[in-house]
Amino acid sequence: MIYLDNHSTTPVDPQVLEAMLPYFKETFGNAASRNHRYGWNAEAGVEKARAQIAELVGANPKEIIFTSGSTESNNLALRGVAEMYESKGNHIITTQVEHKAILDTVKYLETKGFEITILPVDEFGRVRVEDVKNAITEKTILISVMAANNEIGTINPIAEIGVLAKEKGIIFHTDAVQAVGRIPVNVENWKVDLLSLTAHKIYGPKGVGALYVRRKNPRVRLNPILFGGGHERGMRSGTLNVPGIVGFGKAAELAREFMPEESKRVQKLRDRLHQGILSKLSEVKLNGHPTERLPNNLNLSFAFVEGEALMMAIPDIAVSSGSACTSASLEPSYVLKGIGVGEELAHSSLRFGLGRFTTPEEIETAIEETVRAVNKLREMSPLFEMFQEGIDLKSVQWKTH
Amino acid sequence: MSYGNKVIDHFEKPRNVGSLDPKALDVGTGIVGAPECGDVMKLQIKVNSETNVIEDAKFKTFGCGSAIASSSLATEWLKGKTVNEALKIKNSAIVKELCLPPVKIHCSVLAEDAIRAAISDYQKKSGENIDVSELKIDVSELKKVGN
Repeated sequence: MIYLDNHSTTPVDPQVLEAMLPYFKETFGNAASRNHRYGWNAEAGVEKARAQIAELVGANPKEIIFTSGSTESNNLALRGVAEMYESKGNHIITTQVEHKAILDTVKYLETKGFEITILPVDEFGRVRVEDVKNAITEKTILISVMAANNEIGTINPIAEIGVLAKEKGIIFHTDAVQAVGRIPVNVENWKVDLLSLTAHKIYGPKGVGALYVRRKNPRVRLNPILFGGGHERGMRSGTLNVPGIVGFGKAAELAREFMPEESKRVQKLRDRLHQGILSKLSEVKLNGHPTERLPNNLNLSFAFVEGEALMMAIPDIAVSSGSACTSASLEPSYVLKGIGVGEELAHSSLRFGLGRFTTPEEIETAIEETVRAVNKLREMSPLFEMFQEGIDLKSVQWKTH
Repeated sequence: MSYGNKVIDHFEKPRNVGSLDPKALDVGTGIVGAPECGDVMKLQIKVNSETNVIEDAKFKTFGCGSAIASSSLATEWLKGKTVNEALKIKNSAIVKELCLPPVKIHCSVLAEDAIRAAISDYQKKSGENIDVSELKIDVSELKKVGN
Protein backbone atom coordinates (compact mmCIF):
# COMPACT_ATOMS: atom_id res chain seq x y z
CA MET A 1 0.00 0.00 0.00
CA ILE A 2 1.06 3.55 -0.73
CA TYR A 3 -0.31 6.12 1.70
CA LEU A 4 -1.12 9.43 0.03
CA ASP A 5 -3.88 10.59 2.36
CA ASN A 6 -1.87 12.69 4.81
CA HIS A 7 -4.55 15.39 5.02
CA SER A 8 -6.79 12.86 6.74
CA THR A 9 -4.19 11.74 9.20
CA THR A 10 -0.49 10.98 9.40
CA PRO A 11 1.27 7.94 10.81
CA VAL A 12 2.87 8.40 14.23
CA ASP A 13 6.57 9.12 13.89
CA PRO A 14 8.62 6.37 15.61
CA GLN A 15 10.39 9.02 17.71
CA VAL A 16 6.99 10.28 18.88
CA LEU A 17 5.89 6.81 19.90
CA GLU A 18 9.18 6.33 21.74
CA ALA A 19 8.62 9.53 23.70
CA MET A 20 5.08 8.51 24.65
CA LEU A 21 5.73 4.99 25.91
CA PRO A 22 7.05 5.83 29.43
CA TYR A 23 3.89 7.83 30.08
CA PHE A 24 1.79 4.69 29.69
CA LYS A 25 4.09 2.80 32.05
CA GLU A 26 6.17 4.15 34.92
CA THR A 27 5.14 7.81 34.44
CA PHE A 28 1.43 7.10 34.43
CA GLY A 29 0.42 9.79 36.95
CA ASN A 30 -2.30 12.39 36.72
CA ALA A 31 -0.77 15.75 35.83
CA ALA A 32 -3.19 17.39 38.27
CA SER A 33 -1.92 15.36 41.27
CA ARG A 34 0.09 17.92 43.20
CA ASN A 35 1.19 15.83 46.14
CA HIS A 36 3.45 13.09 44.82
CA ARG A 37 6.14 12.35 42.32
CA TYR A 38 3.81 10.51 39.89
CA GLY A 39 1.82 13.68 39.47
CA TRP A 40 4.88 15.92 39.26
CA ASN A 41 6.51 13.77 36.60
CA ALA A 42 3.37 13.69 34.51
CA GLU A 43 3.03 17.45 34.87
CA ALA A 44 6.66 17.95 33.83
CA GLY A 45 5.96 15.93 30.67
CA VAL A 46 2.91 18.07 29.90
CA GLU A 47 4.74 21.36 30.50
CA LYS A 48 7.62 20.32 28.27
CA ALA A 49 5.12 19.51 25.52
CA ARG A 50 3.34 22.82 26.04
CA ALA A 51 6.65 24.63 25.47
CA GLN A 52 7.45 22.53 22.38
CA ILE A 53 4.07 23.31 20.83
CA ALA A 54 4.25 26.99 21.76
CA GLU A 55 7.63 27.25 20.09
CA LEU A 56 6.30 25.74 16.86
CA VAL A 57 3.72 28.52 16.50
CA GLY A 58 5.65 31.38 18.13
CA ALA A 59 3.50 31.53 21.26
CA ASN A 60 4.07 31.61 25.00
CA PRO A 61 3.57 28.17 26.63
CA LYS A 62 0.90 29.66 28.89
CA GLU A 63 -1.17 30.40 25.80
CA ILE A 64 -1.55 26.74 24.83
CA ILE A 65 -4.73 24.95 25.99
CA PHE A 66 -4.87 21.21 25.43
CA THR A 67 -8.02 19.67 23.95
CA SER A 68 -9.12 16.35 22.48
CA GLY A 69 -8.40 17.51 18.92
CA SER A 70 -9.14 20.23 16.45
CA THR A 71 -12.90 19.67 16.40
CA GLU A 72 -12.95 20.53 20.09
CA SER A 73 -10.46 23.40 19.61
CA ASN A 74 -12.69 24.91 16.91
CA ASN A 75 -15.84 24.44 19.01
CA LEU A 76 -14.15 25.98 22.05
CA ALA A 77 -12.82 28.96 20.08
CA LEU A 78 -16.15 29.83 18.47
CA ARG A 79 -18.55 29.00 21.26
CA GLY A 80 -16.13 30.28 23.90
CA VAL A 81 -15.80 33.70 22.27
CA ALA A 82 -19.48 33.94 21.31
CA GLU A 83 -20.69 33.32 24.84
CA MET A 84 -18.00 35.42 26.53
CA TYR A 85 -18.40 38.48 24.31
CA GLU A 86 -22.13 38.29 23.67
CA SER A 87 -22.68 41.62 25.41
CA LYS A 88 -20.28 43.29 22.94
CA GLY A 89 -21.93 42.02 19.78
CA ASN A 90 -23.45 38.99 18.09
CA HIS A 91 -21.90 38.94 14.63
CA ILE A 92 -19.42 36.29 13.45
CA ILE A 93 -17.66 36.12 10.07
CA THR A 94 -16.34 32.91 8.50
CA THR A 95 -15.97 31.33 5.03
CA GLN A 96 -17.82 28.68 3.06
CA VAL A 97 -14.83 26.33 2.73
CA GLU A 98 -14.13 25.90 6.45
CA HIS A 99 -14.11 22.49 8.05
CA LYS A 100 -17.48 21.20 9.28
CA ALA A 101 -16.28 21.71 12.86
CA ILE A 102 -16.50 25.45 12.12
CA LEU A 103 -19.52 25.47 9.82
CA ASP A 104 -21.67 23.30 12.07
CA THR A 105 -20.66 25.31 15.14
CA VAL A 106 -21.69 28.63 13.57
CA LYS A 107 -24.92 26.99 12.44
CA TYR A 108 -25.53 26.08 16.08
CA LEU A 109 -24.66 29.62 17.21
CA GLU A 110 -27.13 30.97 14.69
CA THR A 111 -29.90 29.09 16.50
CA LYS A 112 -28.75 30.84 19.68
CA GLY A 113 -29.32 34.26 18.16
CA PHE A 114 -25.91 35.01 16.62
CA GLU A 115 -25.69 36.51 13.18
CA ILE A 116 -23.36 34.66 10.87
CA THR A 117 -21.75 35.86 7.65
CA ILE A 118 -20.34 33.03 5.54
CA LEU A 119 -18.06 34.53 2.92
CA PRO A 120 -17.57 33.04 -0.54
CA VAL A 121 -14.08 32.30 -1.86
CA ASP A 122 -12.49 32.96 -5.23
CA GLU A 123 -11.99 30.32 -7.94
CA PHE A 124 -8.80 29.17 -6.20
CA GLY A 125 -10.44 28.82 -2.80
CA ARG A 126 -9.01 32.00 -1.23
CA VAL A 127 -11.10 34.40 0.78
CA ARG A 128 -10.75 38.04 -0.36
CA VAL A 129 -9.51 40.39 2.35
CA GLU A 130 -11.79 43.03 0.86
CA ASP A 131 -14.81 40.78 1.45
CA VAL A 132 -13.82 40.31 5.08
CA LYS A 133 -13.44 44.06 5.47
CA ASN A 134 -16.84 44.76 3.92
CA ALA A 135 -18.54 42.16 6.08
CA ILE A 136 -17.44 43.76 9.36
CA THR A 137 -20.14 45.58 11.31
CA GLU A 138 -20.00 47.26 14.70
CA LYS A 139 -21.49 44.08 16.12
CA THR A 140 -18.72 41.81 14.80
CA ILE A 141 -16.98 39.99 17.67
CA LEU A 142 -15.15 37.22 15.83
CA ILE A 143 -13.59 36.40 12.47
CA SER A 144 -12.67 32.75 11.78
CA VAL A 145 -10.75 31.89 8.59
CA MET A 146 -8.86 28.66 8.03
CA ALA A 147 -5.12 28.95 7.32
CA ALA A 148 -5.08 26.23 4.67
CA ASN A 149 -7.86 24.14 3.23
CA ASN A 150 -7.96 20.40 3.87
CA GLU A 151 -9.23 19.43 0.41
CA ILE A 152 -7.53 21.73 -2.05
CA GLY A 153 -4.63 22.95 0.11
CA THR A 154 -5.23 26.63 -0.68
CA ILE A 155 -3.49 29.00 1.75
CA ASN A 156 -5.45 32.05 2.89
CA PRO A 157 -4.00 35.57 3.39
CA ILE A 158 -4.12 35.17 7.18
CA ALA A 159 -1.58 37.90 8.02
CA GLU A 160 -3.55 40.47 6.02
CA ILE A 161 -6.80 39.52 7.72
CA GLY A 162 -4.92 39.65 11.04
CA VAL A 163 -3.93 43.28 10.46
CA LEU A 164 -7.52 44.12 9.58
CA ALA A 165 -8.95 42.37 12.64
CA LYS A 166 -6.43 44.05 14.94
CA GLU A 167 -7.25 47.45 13.48
CA LYS A 168 -10.94 46.92 14.19
CA GLY A 169 -10.38 45.28 17.57
CA ILE A 170 -12.08 42.04 16.52
CA ILE A 171 -10.96 38.66 17.80
CA PHE A 172 -9.41 36.59 15.01
CA HIS A 173 -9.37 32.79 14.99
CA THR A 174 -7.70 30.51 12.46
CA ASP A 175 -8.05 26.76 12.01
CA ALA A 176 -4.41 25.95 11.23
CA VAL A 177 -4.70 22.19 11.43
CA GLN A 178 -3.47 21.58 7.87
CA ALA A 179 -0.95 24.43 7.85
CA VAL A 180 1.00 23.60 11.00
CA GLY A 181 4.14 21.63 10.23
CA ARG A 182 3.81 22.29 6.47
CA ILE A 183 4.24 26.05 6.21
CA PRO A 184 5.65 28.51 8.76
CA VAL A 185 2.96 29.37 11.32
CA ASN A 186 3.55 32.24 13.73
CA VAL A 187 0.81 33.79 15.84
CA GLU A 188 2.64 37.13 15.99
CA ASN A 189 3.29 37.40 12.26
CA TRP A 190 -0.28 36.37 11.55
CA LYS A 191 -1.74 38.53 14.34
CA VAL A 192 -4.18 35.81 15.33
CA ASP A 193 -5.80 35.62 18.75
CA LEU A 194 -6.89 32.00 18.59
CA LEU A 195 -5.39 29.15 16.59
CA SER A 196 -6.49 25.50 16.40
CA LEU A 197 -4.03 22.69 15.87
CA THR A 198 -3.94 18.93 16.27
CA ALA A 199 -1.32 16.25 16.83
CA HIS A 200 -2.37 13.61 14.35
CA LYS A 201 -1.76 15.78 11.27
CA ILE A 202 1.88 16.31 12.30
CA TYR A 203 2.87 12.68 12.95
CA GLY A 204 1.56 12.68 16.52
CA PRO A 205 -1.20 10.56 18.05
CA LYS A 206 -4.95 10.95 17.49
CA GLY A 207 -7.20 12.33 20.20
CA VAL A 208 -5.11 15.30 21.25
CA GLY A 209 -5.14 18.87 20.02
CA ALA A 210 -4.61 22.39 21.26
CA LEU A 211 -6.00 25.86 21.08
CA TYR A 212 -3.67 28.84 21.23
CA VAL A 213 -5.40 31.59 23.25
CA ARG A 214 -3.71 35.01 23.25
CA ARG A 215 -2.89 36.38 26.71
CA LYS A 216 -1.64 39.85 25.80
CA ASN A 217 -2.89 42.58 23.42
CA PRO A 218 -5.62 41.58 23.80
CA ARG A 219 -6.11 39.05 26.57
CA VAL A 220 -8.72 36.72 25.09
CA ARG A 221 -11.17 35.12 27.48
CA LEU A 222 -13.30 32.11 26.67
CA ASN A 223 -16.39 30.61 28.19
CA PRO A 224 -15.58 26.92 28.68
CA ILE A 225 -17.64 24.28 26.90
CA LEU A 226 -16.59 21.55 29.34
CA PHE A 227 -17.01 22.11 33.08
CA GLY A 228 -15.30 20.30 35.91
CA GLY A 229 -11.96 20.38 37.65
CA GLY A 230 -10.84 23.71 36.22
CA HIS A 231 -7.87 22.35 34.29
CA GLU A 232 -6.15 24.44 31.62
CA ARG A 233 -6.77 27.77 33.34
CA GLY A 234 -10.44 26.91 33.64
CA MET A 235 -10.90 26.87 29.90
CA ARG A 236 -10.94 23.12 29.46
CA SER A 237 -11.70 20.83 32.37
CA GLY A 238 -10.83 17.17 32.19
CA THR A 239 -7.83 15.04 33.15
CA LEU A 240 -5.08 15.65 30.65
CA ASN A 241 -4.22 12.95 28.13
CA VAL A 242 -0.60 12.88 29.30
CA PRO A 243 0.90 10.33 26.86
CA GLY A 244 -0.94 11.97 23.97
CA ILE A 245 0.22 15.43 24.98
CA VAL A 246 3.82 14.26 25.36
CA GLY A 247 3.61 12.74 21.88
CA PHE A 248 2.09 15.96 20.53
CA GLY A 249 5.01 17.90 22.03
CA LYS A 250 7.59 15.61 20.46
CA ALA A 251 5.76 15.80 17.13
CA ALA A 252 5.83 19.60 17.32
CA GLU A 253 9.55 19.58 18.06
CA LEU A 254 10.21 17.30 15.07
CA ALA A 255 7.95 19.40 12.83
CA ARG A 256 9.94 22.51 13.71
CA GLU A 257 13.23 20.74 13.12
CA PHE A 258 12.25 19.02 9.86
CA MET A 259 9.89 21.50 8.23
CA PRO A 260 12.26 23.64 6.14
CA GLU A 261 13.87 20.62 4.49
CA GLU A 262 10.78 18.41 4.53
CA SER A 263 8.50 20.94 2.87
CA LYS A 264 10.94 21.41 0.00
CA ARG A 265 11.36 17.69 -0.48
CA VAL A 266 7.64 16.98 -0.35
CA GLN A 267 6.83 19.85 -2.70
CA LYS A 268 9.30 18.48 -5.23
CA LEU A 269 7.62 15.08 -5.07
CA ARG A 270 4.19 16.70 -5.34
CA ASP A 271 5.28 18.66 -8.42
CA ARG A 272 6.70 15.48 -9.95
CA LEU A 273 3.38 13.70 -9.33
CA HIS A 274 1.49 16.54 -10.98
CA GLN A 275 3.81 16.77 -13.98
CA GLY A 276 4.00 12.99 -14.34
CA ILE A 277 0.22 12.73 -14.56
CA LEU A 278 -0.17 15.76 -16.86
CA SER A 279 2.48 14.45 -19.25
CA LYS A 280 0.48 11.27 -19.81
CA LEU A 281 -3.15 12.33 -19.57
CA SER A 282 -5.22 15.06 -21.14
CA GLU A 283 -8.29 16.73 -19.64
CA VAL A 284 -6.91 16.88 -16.11
CA LYS A 285 -7.67 19.99 -14.09
CA LEU A 286 -5.94 21.29 -10.96
CA ASN A 287 -8.34 22.28 -8.20
CA GLY A 288 -7.15 25.04 -5.90
CA HIS A 289 -4.42 27.65 -6.15
CA PRO A 290 -1.42 27.02 -8.45
CA THR A 291 1.09 28.56 -6.00
CA GLU A 292 -0.61 29.58 -2.73
CA ARG A 293 -0.99 25.95 -1.82
CA LEU A 294 0.26 23.52 0.80
CA PRO A 295 3.45 21.82 -0.44
CA ASN A 296 2.00 18.34 0.11
CA ASN A 297 -1.37 18.83 -1.58
CA LEU A 298 -2.47 17.90 -5.08
CA ASN A 299 -6.17 17.94 -5.97
CA LEU A 300 -6.99 16.94 -9.54
CA SER A 301 -10.16 16.35 -11.52
CA PHE A 302 -9.93 13.65 -14.18
CA ALA A 303 -12.69 14.48 -16.64
CA PHE A 304 -15.04 11.66 -17.77
CA VAL A 305 -14.07 9.42 -14.85
CA GLU A 306 -15.88 9.11 -11.52
CA GLY A 307 -13.77 9.50 -8.37
CA GLU A 308 -14.95 6.53 -6.38
CA ALA A 309 -14.46 4.19 -9.34
CA LEU A 310 -11.01 5.68 -9.81
CA MET A 311 -10.09 4.94 -6.21
CA MET A 312 -11.38 1.37 -6.66
CA ALA A 313 -9.15 1.04 -9.70
CA ILE A 314 -6.06 1.98 -7.67
CA PRO A 315 -6.68 -0.26 -4.66
CA ASP A 316 -3.07 -0.13 -3.49
CA ILE A 317 -2.95 3.65 -3.26
CA ALA A 318 -4.74 5.41 -0.41
CA VAL A 319 -6.16 8.76 -1.54
CA SER A 320 -9.51 10.48 -1.16
CA SER A 321 -12.11 11.98 -3.48
CA GLY A 322 -14.64 14.79 -3.52
CA SER A 323 -17.06 12.50 -5.30
CA ALA A 324 -20.55 12.20 -3.86
CA CYS A 325 -20.22 8.44 -3.88
CA THR A 326 -17.57 8.60 -1.19
CA SER A 327 -19.72 10.61 1.17
CA ALA A 328 -22.69 9.52 3.24
CA SER A 329 -24.71 12.49 1.97
CA LEU A 330 -24.43 11.63 -1.75
CA GLU A 331 -23.46 15.27 -2.29
CA PRO A 332 -20.16 16.12 -3.93
CA SER A 333 -17.61 18.19 -2.01
CA TYR A 334 -18.90 21.58 -0.85
CA VAL A 335 -15.37 22.95 -1.09
CA LEU A 336 -15.09 22.10 -4.80
CA LYS A 337 -18.58 23.48 -5.38
CA GLY A 338 -17.55 26.58 -3.46
CA ILE A 339 -14.69 27.30 -5.85
CA GLY A 340 -17.00 26.84 -8.83
CA VAL A 341 -15.85 23.42 -9.98
CA GLY A 342 -18.80 22.01 -11.91
CA GLU A 343 -20.54 19.07 -10.26
CA GLU A 344 -19.38 16.69 -12.96
CA LEU A 345 -15.74 17.62 -12.25
CA ALA A 346 -16.30 17.49 -8.48
CA HIS A 347 -17.38 13.87 -8.97
CA SER A 348 -14.12 13.31 -10.86
CA SER A 349 -11.70 14.62 -8.26
CA LEU A 350 -8.89 12.93 -6.38
CA ARG A 351 -6.93 14.40 -3.48
CA PHE A 352 -3.34 13.33 -3.05
CA GLY A 353 -1.77 14.23 0.30
CA LEU A 354 1.95 13.56 0.51
CA GLY A 355 3.88 13.28 3.74
CA ARG A 356 7.13 12.85 5.61
CA PHE A 357 7.41 9.19 4.66
CA THR A 358 6.48 9.48 0.97
CA THR A 359 9.29 8.23 -1.29
CA PRO A 360 10.17 9.07 -4.92
CA GLU A 361 9.53 5.40 -5.84
CA GLU A 362 6.02 5.62 -4.41
CA ILE A 363 5.34 8.73 -6.47
CA GLU A 364 6.46 6.97 -9.67
CA THR A 365 4.13 4.05 -8.87
CA ALA A 366 1.29 6.46 -8.10
CA ILE A 367 1.75 8.17 -11.47
CA GLU A 368 1.80 4.86 -13.33
CA GLU A 369 -1.19 3.43 -11.49
CA THR A 370 -3.29 6.58 -11.75
CA VAL A 371 -2.63 6.93 -15.47
CA ARG A 372 -3.44 3.26 -16.06
CA ALA A 373 -6.67 3.48 -14.05
CA VAL A 374 -7.86 6.71 -15.70
CA ASN A 375 -7.20 5.29 -19.17
CA LYS A 376 -9.01 2.07 -18.30
CA LEU A 377 -12.05 3.90 -16.95
CA ARG A 378 -12.10 6.36 -19.84
CA GLU A 379 -12.19 3.39 -22.22
CA MET A 380 -15.47 2.42 -20.62
CA SER A 381 -16.81 5.96 -20.18
CA PRO A 382 -19.64 7.04 -22.50
CA LEU A 383 -18.68 10.65 -21.75
CA PHE A 384 -15.12 10.14 -22.99
CA GLU A 385 -16.49 8.50 -26.14
CA MET A 386 -18.75 11.49 -26.77
CA PHE A 387 -15.87 13.88 -26.07
CA GLN A 388 -13.72 12.04 -28.62
CA GLU A 389 -16.54 12.27 -31.15
CA GLY A 390 -16.48 16.02 -30.65
CA ILE A 391 -19.82 16.23 -28.86
CA ASP A 392 -20.07 19.14 -26.42
CA LEU A 393 -21.28 17.43 -23.24
CA LYS A 394 -22.82 20.67 -22.04
CA SER A 395 -25.12 20.72 -25.08
CA VAL A 396 -26.57 17.30 -24.28
CA GLN A 397 -30.02 17.25 -22.70
CA TRP A 398 -29.33 14.95 -19.77
CA LYS A 399 -32.11 13.28 -17.95
CA THR A 400 -31.10 14.16 -14.39
CA HIS A 401 -32.23 11.82 -11.70
CA MET B 1 -17.24 2.02 0.36
CA SER B 2 -16.28 -1.60 0.86
CA TYR B 3 -17.96 -3.78 -1.71
CA GLY B 4 -18.83 -7.43 -2.02
CA ASN B 5 -16.83 -9.77 -4.22
CA LYS B 6 -19.31 -9.71 -7.10
CA VAL B 7 -19.12 -5.94 -7.53
CA ILE B 8 -15.35 -6.09 -7.43
CA ASP B 9 -15.30 -8.94 -9.96
CA HIS B 10 -17.50 -7.04 -12.42
CA PHE B 11 -15.55 -3.84 -11.78
CA GLU B 12 -12.18 -5.44 -12.36
CA LYS B 13 -13.30 -7.61 -15.27
CA PRO B 14 -16.22 -5.74 -16.78
CA ARG B 15 -18.19 -7.85 -19.31
CA ASN B 16 -19.18 -6.48 -22.70
CA VAL B 17 -17.56 -3.05 -22.58
CA GLY B 18 -17.88 -1.34 -25.95
CA SER B 19 -20.19 0.17 -28.49
CA LEU B 20 -22.49 -1.03 -31.27
CA ASP B 21 -23.40 1.08 -34.27
CA PRO B 22 -26.23 3.26 -32.93
CA LYS B 23 -27.52 3.85 -36.47
CA ALA B 24 -28.02 0.15 -37.27
CA LEU B 25 -31.70 -0.80 -37.38
CA ASP B 26 -31.20 -3.89 -35.24
CA VAL B 27 -29.45 -1.93 -32.47
CA GLY B 28 -31.19 -0.17 -29.60
CA THR B 29 -29.34 2.42 -27.54
CA GLY B 30 -30.25 3.73 -24.10
CA ILE B 31 -28.37 6.54 -22.40
CA VAL B 32 -29.51 7.41 -18.89
CA GLY B 33 -28.21 9.53 -16.01
CA ALA B 34 -26.35 12.83 -16.03
CA PRO B 35 -22.72 13.85 -15.48
CA GLU B 36 -23.60 16.23 -12.64
CA CYS B 37 -25.28 13.36 -10.81
CA GLY B 38 -22.08 11.34 -11.06
CA ASP B 39 -23.38 8.57 -13.29
CA VAL B 40 -24.19 8.08 -16.97
CA MET B 41 -24.91 4.66 -18.46
CA LYS B 42 -24.99 3.80 -22.14
CA LEU B 43 -26.44 0.39 -22.85
CA GLN B 44 -26.87 -1.10 -26.31
CA ILE B 45 -28.59 -4.25 -27.56
CA LYS B 46 -28.46 -5.99 -30.91
CA VAL B 47 -31.68 -7.85 -31.62
CA ASN B 48 -32.43 -10.63 -34.11
CA SER B 49 -35.60 -9.40 -35.77
CA GLU B 50 -36.74 -12.94 -36.65
CA THR B 51 -36.53 -14.41 -33.18
CA ASN B 52 -36.66 -11.21 -31.10
CA VAL B 53 -33.62 -12.53 -29.21
CA ILE B 54 -30.94 -10.14 -27.96
CA GLU B 55 -27.79 -11.46 -29.61
CA ASP B 56 -25.34 -8.94 -28.30
CA ALA B 57 -25.21 -6.28 -25.58
CA LYS B 58 -22.57 -3.64 -24.84
CA PHE B 59 -22.19 -0.94 -22.25
CA LYS B 60 -20.16 2.11 -21.32
CA THR B 61 -20.63 3.68 -17.91
CA PHE B 62 -19.38 6.80 -16.15
CA GLY B 63 -20.00 6.21 -12.49
CA CYS B 64 -18.94 4.53 -9.29
CA GLY B 65 -17.95 0.89 -8.91
CA SER B 66 -21.49 -0.35 -8.40
CA ALA B 67 -22.80 1.61 -11.40
CA ILE B 68 -20.17 -0.08 -13.57
CA ALA B 69 -20.90 -3.49 -12.02
CA SER B 70 -24.69 -3.04 -12.43
CA SER B 71 -24.39 -2.26 -16.13
CA SER B 72 -21.86 -5.03 -16.70
CA LEU B 73 -24.23 -7.52 -15.05
CA ALA B 74 -27.15 -6.16 -17.07
CA THR B 75 -25.39 -6.86 -20.38
CA GLU B 76 -24.60 -10.38 -19.21
CA TRP B 77 -28.24 -11.02 -18.36
CA LEU B 78 -29.54 -9.45 -21.57
CA LYS B 79 -27.64 -11.67 -23.94
CA GLY B 80 -29.75 -14.60 -25.08
CA LYS B 81 -32.99 -13.22 -23.69
CA THR B 82 -35.92 -12.18 -25.87
CA VAL B 83 -36.93 -8.54 -25.72
CA ASN B 84 -40.00 -9.45 -23.70
CA GLU B 85 -37.95 -11.44 -21.21
CA ALA B 86 -35.50 -8.55 -20.95
CA LEU B 87 -38.28 -6.18 -19.98
CA LYS B 88 -38.85 -8.32 -16.91
CA ILE B 89 -35.36 -7.64 -15.48
CA LYS B 90 -35.91 -5.73 -12.27
CA ASN B 91 -33.47 -3.54 -10.39
CA SER B 92 -34.15 -5.57 -7.24
CA ALA B 93 -32.64 -8.63 -8.92
CA ILE B 94 -29.48 -6.65 -9.64
CA VAL B 95 -29.34 -5.44 -6.03
CA LYS B 96 -29.67 -9.02 -4.85
CA GLU B 97 -27.12 -10.50 -7.25
CA LEU B 98 -24.48 -7.82 -6.47
CA CYS B 99 -25.38 -7.43 -2.76
CA LEU B 100 -25.56 -3.66 -3.24
CA PRO B 101 -25.77 -1.59 -0.05
CA PRO B 102 -28.78 0.76 0.33
CA VAL B 103 -26.87 3.88 -0.79
CA LYS B 104 -26.08 2.13 -4.09
CA ILE B 105 -29.59 1.00 -5.00
CA HIS B 106 -29.92 3.94 -7.40
CA CYS B 107 -27.19 2.31 -9.55
CA SER B 108 -29.41 -0.71 -10.11
CA VAL B 109 -32.39 1.53 -10.85
CA LEU B 110 -30.30 3.29 -13.44
CA ALA B 111 -29.36 -0.06 -15.02
CA GLU B 112 -33.02 -1.08 -15.28
CA ASP B 113 -33.76 2.33 -16.75
CA ALA B 114 -30.98 1.83 -19.32
CA ILE B 115 -32.33 -1.58 -20.34
CA ARG B 116 -35.79 -0.12 -20.91
CA ALA B 117 -34.42 2.87 -22.80
CA ALA B 118 -32.40 0.60 -25.11
CA ILE B 119 -35.39 -1.65 -25.80
CA SER B 120 -37.64 1.34 -26.39
CA ASP B 121 -35.12 2.76 -28.87
CA TYR B 122 -34.92 -0.57 -30.71
CA GLN B 123 -38.69 -0.90 -30.89
CA LYS B 124 -39.09 2.63 -32.16
CA LYS B 125 -36.60 1.92 -34.93
CA SER B 126 -38.01 -1.46 -35.89
CA GLY B 127 -41.46 0.07 -36.05
CA GLU B 128 -42.96 -2.10 -33.39
CA ASN B 129 -45.94 -0.52 -31.89
CA ILE B 130 -45.55 -0.88 -28.19
CA ASP B 131 -46.99 1.41 -25.60
CA VAL B 132 -43.88 3.14 -24.29
CA SER B 133 -45.72 4.61 -21.32
CA GLU B 134 -45.51 1.13 -19.85
CA LEU B 135 -41.75 1.38 -19.97
CA LYS B 136 -41.47 4.52 -17.96
CA ILE B 137 -39.73 4.16 -14.69
CA ASP B 138 -41.34 5.05 -11.42
CA VAL B 139 -39.66 8.33 -10.53
CA SER B 140 -40.65 8.10 -6.88
CA GLU B 141 -38.32 5.11 -6.60
CA LEU B 142 -35.41 7.28 -7.68
CA LYS B 143 -36.22 9.99 -5.17
CA LYS B 144 -36.46 7.48 -2.39
CA VAL B 145 -32.80 6.58 -2.70
CA GLY B 146 -31.82 10.17 -2.39
CA ASN B 147 -30.22 11.00 -5.70
